[in-house]
Amino acid sequence: MDTPTLAVFKLASCDGCQLTVLDCEDELLALAGRVRIAHFLEASSAVRPGPYDVTLVEGSITTPADAERIRQIRAESKVLVAIGACATAGGIQALRNFGDVAEFASVVYARPDYIDTLATSTAIADHVPVDFELRGCPIDRRQLLEVLTAFLAGRKPDLPDTSVCTECKRRGLTCVLVADGTPCLGPVTHAGCGALCPAYRRGCFGCFGPMASPNVAALVPRLRAAGMSEDEVGRVFRTFNAASGGWSS
Amino acid sequence: MSHRARQLKVSSLARVEGEGALRVTVRDGVVERADLQIYEPPRFFEALLRGRGYTEPPDITARICGICPVAYQTSACNAIEDACGVRIDGPIRELRRLLYCGEWISSHALHIYLLHAPDFLGYPDAIALAADHREIVERGLLLKKAGNAILELVGGRAIHPVNVRVGGFYAAPGRARLDHLAGQLRPALDAAIETVRWVAGFGFPDLETDHELLAVHDPAGYAIEGGTTVRRSAGPDFEVDAFSNHVVEEQVPYSTALHAALDGGRYLTGPLARYTLNHDQLSPLALGLAADAGLGSECRNPFRSIVVRAIETVYAVEEALRLIASYQPPEPSYVVVPARDGVGHGLSEAPRGLLYHRYEIGADGLIRSATIVPPTAQNQAAIEEDLRRTVAANLHLGDEPLTGLCERTIRNYDPCISCSTHFLELTVERS
Ligand code: SF4
Ligand code: SF4
Repeated sequence: MDTPTLAVFKLASCDGCQLTVLDCEDELLALAGRVRIAHFLEASSAVRPGPYDVTLVEGSITTPADAERIRQIRAESKVLVAIGACATAGGIQALRNFGDVAEFASVVYARPDYIDTLATSTAIADHVPVDFELRGCPIDRRQLLEVLTAFLAGRKPDLPDTSVCTECKRRGLTCVLVADGTPCLGPVTHAGCGALCPAYRRGCFGCFGPMASPNVAALVPRLRAAGMSEDEVGRVFRTFNAASGGWSS
Repeated sequence: MSHRARQLKVSSLARVEGEGALRVTVRDGVVERADLQIYEPPRFFEALLRGRGYTEPPDITARICGICPVAYQTSACNAIEDACGVRIDGPIRELRRLLYCGEWISSHALHIYLLHAPDFLGYPDAIALAADHREIVERGLLLKKAGNAILELVGGRAIHPVNVRVGGFYAAPGRARLDHLAGQLRPALDAAIETVRWVAGFGFPDLETDHELLAVHDPAGYAIEGGTTVRRSAGPDFEVDAFSNHVVEEQVPYSTALHAALDGGRYLTGPLARYTLNHDQLSPLALGLAADAGLGSECRNPFRSIVVRAIETVYAVEEALRLIASYQPPEPSYVVVPARDGVGHGLSEAPRGLLYHRYEIGADGLIRSATIVPPTAQNQAAIEEDLRRTVAANLHLGDEPLTGLCERTIRNYDPCISCSTHFLELTVERS
């Protein structure tokens, strides 16, 4: 069999999720021996045309050109994996979805009429079918390696879709909400980071987005009891995964 | 050669952070245009920060850039603390500097080994380089990993650290864990020293620039996580809160991005500026290596920025080791910063240049306005000027080598074009 090809594309994003590939310092050269990196602009100026066996896409759709580009990428990719909060939920830039993008542009730019942007920032899956969505802002390195290994082996990745709480318990961390009264979104947030924030005595702020069926209604009174105002509760659910909808239902 | 028009185009630049393109037009031997085009979609950070709580910018602005999130977190903290009238000193400030050293090591190693060195050696990427010289790339990865180890321990995560808050840190790591980290940094110091010797041997195209230089200055040491003044090469230092009196961003008709100007003129931030303006504060080891590498008291050839990055990496590893050796966990790990009505300014030195934040906060703790001036916006005019000069001096080259040289000219600056808080999309008219 030919060496499988890997492509990495970026839309509206910070580069953090694709940088996670290069942050696999111990595995990078081994990975490069197993796949042919055919398109990965951040890392290489050698670019080969598709089709690609596995394609990772970082970033959200915010321009008409990118809405077109993702269709093309889909057509050229056997397996398409959306990586990170931008690609799976619109990212932090989806906060525009709750405001007026023209007004946003006028705050930042002297000549907003030059800006060619959509009124919304949306996930890849809102535009084309995706084979897998990997959560996180940024994604977790170990989860990325599991996804790549799985698709290269032709199987589905084995990743949990429980809450951050389960990872906290597995690590034996003391609950910051119960013990310290620190507001924490762990009970409703998708697992994957390994409970990073509670390990630093910080409440989870939801960068991995909503878990499968979050019980937000049960958590909100606990957040208020922990001292969060109504406005703060509203804002904490409106960050990197605001447009995913999973928390508001 | 008469009436000959040449067009050089790179539709998507590789080995830079973010996405952009290049377009150069030469007519009758004169460089008509040299545009670094940014087509990175705007993400409107300054707009979406309005109405957020004053404690939120460290987490939100980190998402501007995955390669230098600590710079965004630090400039944001500096600005918000300034607005609230709180100064962070002592062990918390030292821990912040240690975290930032991690970002310098990791980002510089990434740029030197994975993005920039392949240009000098004729490879498309570090993977191809590793096929011939595996030990070199492994050395770079070891160095990068050591930087990430600092970020992970002190910051909780290498990309978008979770442990940074206004006033300090959510939790301070214990002594024992830092001792362990020091064990990983000692081999990294050797790797950093070898890196300087390695890059010093590259061939550097001649290019002397006359851009004005701008860098943060701190009398206490080589400025990284903040400073007391802003130092420039052609004028007296000015105070941090006077930044926006001197640096003005404007839209210029021929460019795709906002250009910042320093008192109306073109200028440069980043490694060359820091080295030239602050090098006497480097360590003796770093200065000795700089002398061996042929650097004098200033460096104005952007192609040599890779050497300065290597020197700064040595300094950052040494500095991290020094900070670890004297480390006492701050107790508590943060200073309480109560909100108040005010305006604050914050600076720090991102690996690719000076990063300015300004916030206007209300007594209710909500942000009224935010301004962020990233390094690449400031360097944009200098990059384009370098492109013009490089093309003008190398017109005899064929299109392919000349285009390659232009791409390298851009990569010299390690531009970070995802920081699209301040970039415009503009349709370029075609004749
Ligand atoms: S999800 Fe977060 S880390 Fe990933 S690209 Fe978007 S902003 Fe960056
Ligand atoms: S915010 Fe939550 S999901 Fe994100 S790193 Fe922290 S604990 Fe993990």
